[in-house]
Amino acid sequence: MKSRGAEKRFRKASGRSSLWRRAMLDALIKLDPRLLWLNPVMFVVELGLFVTVLLTIWPDLFGGHYPPSQRWYDLVVAVVLLLTNLFANFAEAWAEGRGRAQAESLRRARGDTPARLVDAQGTVLRTVSSSALRKGDRVRVEAGELIPGDGEIVRGIGSVDESAITGESAPVIREAGGDFSSVVGGTRLLSDWLEVEIATNPGESFLDQMIRLVEGAKRQKTPNEIALTVLLAGLTLVFLVVVMTLEPMADYLKAPVDVATLVALLVCLIPTTIGALLSAIGIAGMDRVLRFNIIAKSGRAVEVAGDVNTLLLDKTGTITIGNRMAEAFQPVQGHILEEVRQAAVRASLADSTPEGKSIVSFAERQGEPPTDRRLLDGAQPVKFSAETRRSGLVLADGTEYFKGAGDAIIDLVTKRGGTVPEDLPGIVDAIAREGGTPLVVGVNRAILGVIYLKDVVKPGIAERFASLRRMGIRTVMITGDNPLTAATIAKEAGVDDFVAQARPEDKLRRIRSEQDEGKMVAMTGDGTNDAPALAQADLGLAMQSGTSAAKDAANMVDLDSDPTKLIELVGIGKQLLITRGTITTFSIANDVAKYFAILPAMFVGVVPQLAALNIMHLGTPHSAILSALIFNALIIPLLIPLAMRGVAWRPMSATQTLMRNVLFYGVGGLLVPFLGIKLIDLLVVATGLARI
Amino acid sequence: MAILGIALYLAVLIGIAVPLGVYIHQALEGKLRWLGPLERLLLRAIGPASDGEQTWRQYWRSFIIFNAVGMLLTYAILRLQPYLPLREGVGLHPSAQGPLLAFNTAVSFITNTNWQNYSGETLTYFAQLALMVLQFLSPALGLVIAIVFFRALVGRRETLGNFFRDLVRCIVYIFLPLATIAAVVLLALGLPDTFAGPAIAHTLSGALQQIDRGPIAAWVAIEQLGTNGGGFFNANAADPLINPSPATNIIEILLMSILSTSLVFTFGRYAKSRKQAWVLAGVTLCLYAAGIAVVYGAMEYGNPILHGVLGISAKSMEGLEVRNGVGDTALYATATTAYTTGSVNAMMDSLPPLAGGLPLLFMMLNTVFGGKGAGMLNILMFVIITVFVAGLMVGRTPEFLGKKIERREITLATVAMLIHPILILAPTAFSLVHKIGASSILNTGLHGITEVVYAFTSAAANNGSAFAGLNGNTPFYNLSLGLVMLIGRYLSMAAMLALAGSLARKRIIPATEGTLRTDTWSFGWVYLFVVLIVGALTFFPALSLGPIAEHLVMAGGAGR
Repeated sequence: MKSRGAEKRFRKASGRSSLWRRAMLDALIKLDPRLLWLNPVMFVVELGLFVTVLLTIWPDLFGGHYPPSQRWYDLVVAVVLLLTNLFANFAEAWAEGRGRAQAESLRRARGDTPARLVDAQGTVLRTVSSSALRKGDRVRVEAGELIPGDGEIVRGIGSVDESAITGESAPVIREAGGDFSSVVGGTRLLSDWLEVEIATNPGESFLDQMIRLVEGAKRQKTPNEIALTVLLAGLTLVFLVVVMTLEPMADYLKAPVDVATLVALLVCLIPTTIGALLSAIGIAGMDRVLRFNIIAKSGRAVEVAGDVNTLLLDKTGTITIGNRMAEAFQPVQGHILEEVRQAAVRASLADSTPEGKSIVSFAERQGEPPTDRRLLDGAQPVKFSAETRRSGLVLADGTEYFKGAGDAIIDLVTKRGGTVPEDLPGIVDAIAREGGTPLVVGVNRAILGVIYLKDVVKPGIAERFASLRRMGIRTVMITGDNPLTAATIAKEAGVDDFVAQARPEDKLRRIRSEQDEGKMVAMTGDGTNDAPALAQADLGLAMQSGTSAAKDAANMVDLDSDPTKLIELVGIGKQLLITRGTITTFSIANDVAKYFAILPAMFVGVVPQLAALNIMHLGTPHSAILSALIFNALIIPLLIPLAMRGVAWRPMSATQTLMRNVLFYGVGGLLVPFLGIKLIDLLVVATGLARI
Repeated sequence: MAILGIALYLAVLIGIAVPLGVYIHQALEGKLRWLGPLERLLLRAIGPASDGEQTWRQYWRSFIIFNAVGMLLTYAILRLQPYLPLREGVGLHPSAQGPLLAFNTAVSFITNTNWQNYSGETLTYFAQLALMVLQFLSPALGLVIAIVFFRALVGRRETLGNFFRDLVRCIVYIFLPLATIAAVVLLALGLPDTFAGPAIAHTLSGALQQIDRGPIAAWVAIEQLGTNGGGFFNANAADPLINPSPATNIIEILLMSILSTSLVFTFGRYAKSRKQAWVLAGVTLCLYAAGIAVVYGAMEYGNPILHGVLGISAKSMEGLEVRNGVGDTALYATATTAYTTGSVNAMMDSLPPLAGGLPLLFMMLNTVFGGKGAGMLNILMFVIITVFVAGLMVGRTPEFLGKKIERREITLATVAMLIHPILILAPTAFSLVHKIGASSILNTGLHGITEVVYAFTSAAANNGSAFAGLNGNTPFYNLSLGLVMLIGRYLSMAAMLALAGSLARKRIIPATEGTLRTDTWSFGWVYLFVVLIVGALTFFPALSLGPIAEHLVMAGGAGR
């Protein structure tokens, strides 16, 4: 639902055709060898391009005497190599373009707004442009204005419309102090006024960081990407040696091979497919995260997501829907159900919290008639306070209905001279044991019964935890509830473990102990007291609604403030690695078919029997070599959609995933090029390209 | 009959390898006592260096100094042999080796290659004994490095053992007792063992015949057991005094294959996973059996030109000892290259192209069990590369036995992987085009390529078997093959030891459902896929211009 909003924003921000134009232009710019040498595989292709261009001009450059037609052959090889380079560059540019457009659309949401600079006393100094705001500046925002930058509220309270960032239409209350004090630039203040201390310098916001992460040239490669690049560079070096030593062997057999053919063989053998798509895959992974309305502060964080073994999840809002719901009414001795129900409704009529509303609607579903409106004339609501720990309603005639925590109500009734029913403690305990919250209901000095408020586990969450378990990820629930309640909810939600009566430092302790066992831990948090744990966790996901301390400590920020997204993040991280692995496998497996195309073509002149290796029955030696080279180039754009989308993935055990991907991309990688090269060869022969 | 024999051999091999693997683990971890006095005597002789634990750098330093000293001593003995004791020779006129030949020989024996550009008949007994000492040491030197790697994989530690202690335990508990038993058995089967010098016999026709002799049973026992492969005589195991009967033939094959196979199970013991060992041993065994089948099949089928043109249907017997026959020769040729021993009981140059080409492929892969320790290190190097690619495919940053494979590990594994093909292909290419290399080649054309590729492959894989046909005792080949042997052994071991050092410090991540398990058959097949694809891709051009082209030419000729 939310990502649909993001998608719409994205479409609006980027005309698809302008994305194409920009990517094609970038593909040309990226031919610059100074940029390309960061990618050793594609750099070798470009070197091959230079050599074949030189050969086109001087066919006898490396000795030998070639017929004039050789020049055309050299030229065709050079053109295919150029295309190979361009396709690779285009893949990266396209991924960058999409990521950039996505980020730009988020950035545009903030635009350039006037900001009222104030001093520490709140006196307005002058109006400046929001882009000139520095860290530590204070600004005053009035109702109806856009908030000019990310920051902390230092004074005031107001309701803020954050839909531009999160897509969530309901406004949220933000106020100075506490966990709801941070605001994001580009959101609109709907009521009252705020004084905000700006938290970032221009160009340093999380969004700016994210934009840097999707821009190829400035992008820091992630550790795993570097390791893979090393392996690919190693393979490239091996094939360089293979091809360079093939030339003397051919000479020894008195079957000299022309340099363009050697270059073609080299380019076919080195892992160009993965070399071309590697950085696009990384950028697309970041882009998928961003599309999910999550800002990752580093590429590494996305990789780590795939490795997570343990998820620490807050109960409220993640495992259960944030609010508790009325589940049952239980009368105490001497009272009947209807009495309790009626009192509960009256005590909740003035209570606008979701819990209060749920009591009223539950009672109505149970058959409670609607309350007579006249009864409410002159009635006074009793607001919940931390001191009294009860809420309720005083009617005009002085009758007081109330509800509250067990011990608070017992105190009240005892003080007023009422008696506490004998069976009350039993009922209260039983509800707690079942994972519910007991609210005791009374009128004046009598206790009538208990409301059973239940934590509602989010629908489908147990299945999601089960599928996580199949991937080897354990979930640990963190809750402030007592152990009895916690155990019940843990069982219902299907989490593997729980920490009850948790204080903030318990989270940190739990993360450390999991990490000491060698596990990778992910958690979500929003409060300032979550910050140390967010920093300690391998993957810390902070809520956009959280404090800036929490957001600074985390390595990802969720703009929608939806903690369940941690589960999807794991999937995105895994998908990124799987895409890398499968395209690498595909790329290497392709080489087998290319050998069978090129080697017989190279040596059939001197050892005619090698034609037996030409199992694809390719037309002529030149057509065979060109077909392999063209296949090698074309496979890159064909795989760009896969690189962008990521390899399809669903939770299953590692061994199953491995076998599935090996069969599909490994064995597929062996077979597909035989078919592809043969098809291209038929075309090449038909068009007469092979006669050169 | 031969096929039944081969199957029986494989069964016996596995039957011995499993318990022997456990024994090696106990020996290296100090759990054996029965030769305690000898062990303590040797340790005391070495002195304080054998106390305490070493980091991988300290271990490497001890290792490399020990190797250098061993090599220099051997070099000196080979140069000075006419002036040293036990002067009477294997043959009648032993002479000092020239500097390059002595360099080549010393390198060859310390690196467990045993490439021989000399013939055993030209050495004194003293020099032969010195080489025999190296035949004990060089396999032990390879084995300890593999053990260090095992230790690094299975615990989180800074130190990895003590080089001298490991070496002494290897010699005392593994090589001495096993070689002694093997020597006694071979002696009983008719191999001579004497320092009495050549025997002079009166032939029936009245002529005098000189029969060279020496401590052959003792030599052959450790030659095979240690996958050394250096022949006491030039003809190696084709010589009737070295390999007189089918019984000695199969025992020698068993001896050369037993320890490297056991080492896979030793690894399983360290990794506390019997299944892991079975998976690696199982897929490797499949590769090995397939190789035997190809060599055997090619020889059994013989030359199609003879079938087609002359109408003669016969097995390929050229270059074979008639007493061994096709089955024993095929098994010997495959085993000696799979296990990188290098002893031969036939001249490979004469075998059908595929029967000569497959041993070449096995040395190129260098992972079909391989030589002592070195083979296991190569297997683990490929396992790490497989884990890296396969690990990505399951969506986690890769780990092996709970240890993360990251940039440093993959860099070192890639270096170790690169060395082998470069060492084979680069000097081959040079030798083919330059006169100093090409002039040694006996045959022209495709077969000439095979001769040169084979020589450098044998040196790089520390195998030592010769294809024959190539004259290796030239300054160029003495030097180039010597350097290839040195680099092939020490550079890849250094990379693997550094990799061990890096792995050892890593924490162990507990396995979950999401972890890529390496002890499953599916992983085993993926591993085999990687070994074959990477190995085949690197060497396919050289093979297709050598044995494959030769085979196609031969097959084509038959149809003509």
